[in-house]
Amino acid sequence: MIHFVVHEPGDVVGVVVVEGVKAGTDLIGWVMDGDSTVNIKSESDIPIGHKIALQDMKAGDTIIKYGVDIGKVVAPIKKGEHTHVQNVKTKRW
Amino acid sequence: MINLKEATFMGYRRENGRMGIRNHVVILPLDDLSNAACEAVANNIKGTIAIPHPYGRLQFGADLELHFRTLIGAGCNPNVAGVVVIGIEPQWTKIVVDGIKASGKPVEGFWIEGNGDTATIASASKAAYSMMKHASKQQRVSAPLSELWVSTKCGESDTTSGCASNPTVGNAFDKLYEIGSTLVFGETTELTGGEHLVEARCRTPEVKKKFREMFDRYQDVIEKNKTSDLSDSQPTKGNIAGGLTTIEEKALGNIQKIGKKCVVDGVLDKAETPTISGLHFMDSSSAAAEMVTLCAAAGFAAHFFPTGQGNVIGNPILPVIKLCANPKTVRTMSEHIDVDVSGILRREENLDTAGEKLLDALLRTANGELTAAEILGHREFVMTRLYESA
Repeated sequence: MIHFVVHEPGDVVGVVVVEGVKAGTDLIGWVMDGDSTVNIKSESDIPIGHKIALQDMKAGDTIIKYGVDIGKVVAPIKKGEHTHVQNVKTKRW
Repeated sequence: MINLKEATFMGYRRENGRMGIRNHVVILPLDDLSNAACEAVANNIKGTIAIPHPYGRLQFGADLELHFRTLIGAGCNPNVAGVVVIGIEPQWTKIVVDGIKASGKPVEGFWIEGNGDTATIASASKAAYSMMKHASKQQRVSAPLSELWVSTKCGESDTTSGCASNPTVGNAFDKLYEIGSTLVFGETTELTGGEHLVEARCRTPEVKKKFREMFDRYQDVIEKNKTSDLSDSQPTKGNIAGGLTTIEEKALGNIQKIGKKCVVDGVLDKAETPTISGLHFMDSSSAAAEMVTLCAAAGFAAHFFPTGQGNVIGNPILPVIKLCANPKTVRTMSEHIDVDVSGILRREENLDTAGEKLLDALLRTANGELTAAEILGHREFVMTRLYESA
């Protein structure tokens, strides 16, 4: 049973792939590239398809997913927290 | 495992040599004013399809050229056996009729001015009757799978699209590319943040330069017209509900559709028909119905459409095969999903087996099995506009 997937080993976020993840749950993640697993505790309720932070981040940090820059942190994020439009923004447009 | 090199499908060999997988008789309006007559003809002659749309008046320049190219391309599509064109007046009607005639298939034009709707409907119905007779006599013949042109575009994407359904298309594209298929992807603005990855895949410096010019031009359109940023539009509300946060994240998921091995062999203008096989990039909007319509107009005969949150799009002449990896969408919208690849995210299947499943669905669709969108009557035909009418 896996709860979230990570595209590449260097990514700082994973994607929750099961419904109903609540704060305080021990989660297992699958790192697709390299086929390994990672364990983390959720710090927020996270809907299916939404991202979980794999490490602490501060405003100005870059979010890496697919091994590539996908935007900047605009509010501090703790490891295990829901990572989305409330704390990340595009660097384009 | 499907042996793709030996794989064949039963389709329709058209007059110009192209292979189609559907046998439509299309009643095609030149303009908005002719929609009512076209729908009346399609009602009279059972089995024909009217393709209403809201444009075709007072357009000019490149925008008018695109209008003609889209209509002529739709008529020339190998999924179409014959076309009846109806316009408000004869001259522009004749441009579309002559354009379709070049493909060698039966086409006739009618116009309303000087005749009125009822007389036009009567004469166009007689022509549609003959074309339906002609179409019904066509037999499916065998052809190698490489003769089936396949397009792709995703919609209502979420993070599961980038994790599983888009890479499944990429896996199938890699396999089709190897057998010499003709393939296309597009969605110019939805490459933002991953444009360097597409550039790196271009076969020649010329292709790369052309891609860059199209990409930069579209960025200028955004810069010129945006109000604050595009966060209310790209990603869409549906994308954000599905967990996608930024355009870069959406783009990187999007790019998974071109697999790992395919090379970008050519760059196409909107609705432009490729002249060589291989993978092509088409400059296009990322709005689903606009992009799929442009693919139909470019001559593509089957379409892979990965969705996350559940886009329901279809097209009147281009069968749209939907695949989805989001278990919630597969559960709540199952009638819209042709291929369920949610097993990837439970680690029950891998991209290779999912890619095989999609190719199997492609072959079944090519042989005549209807897609979800066809059964549900989704016939979204949406013309791309470049600017205001005169």
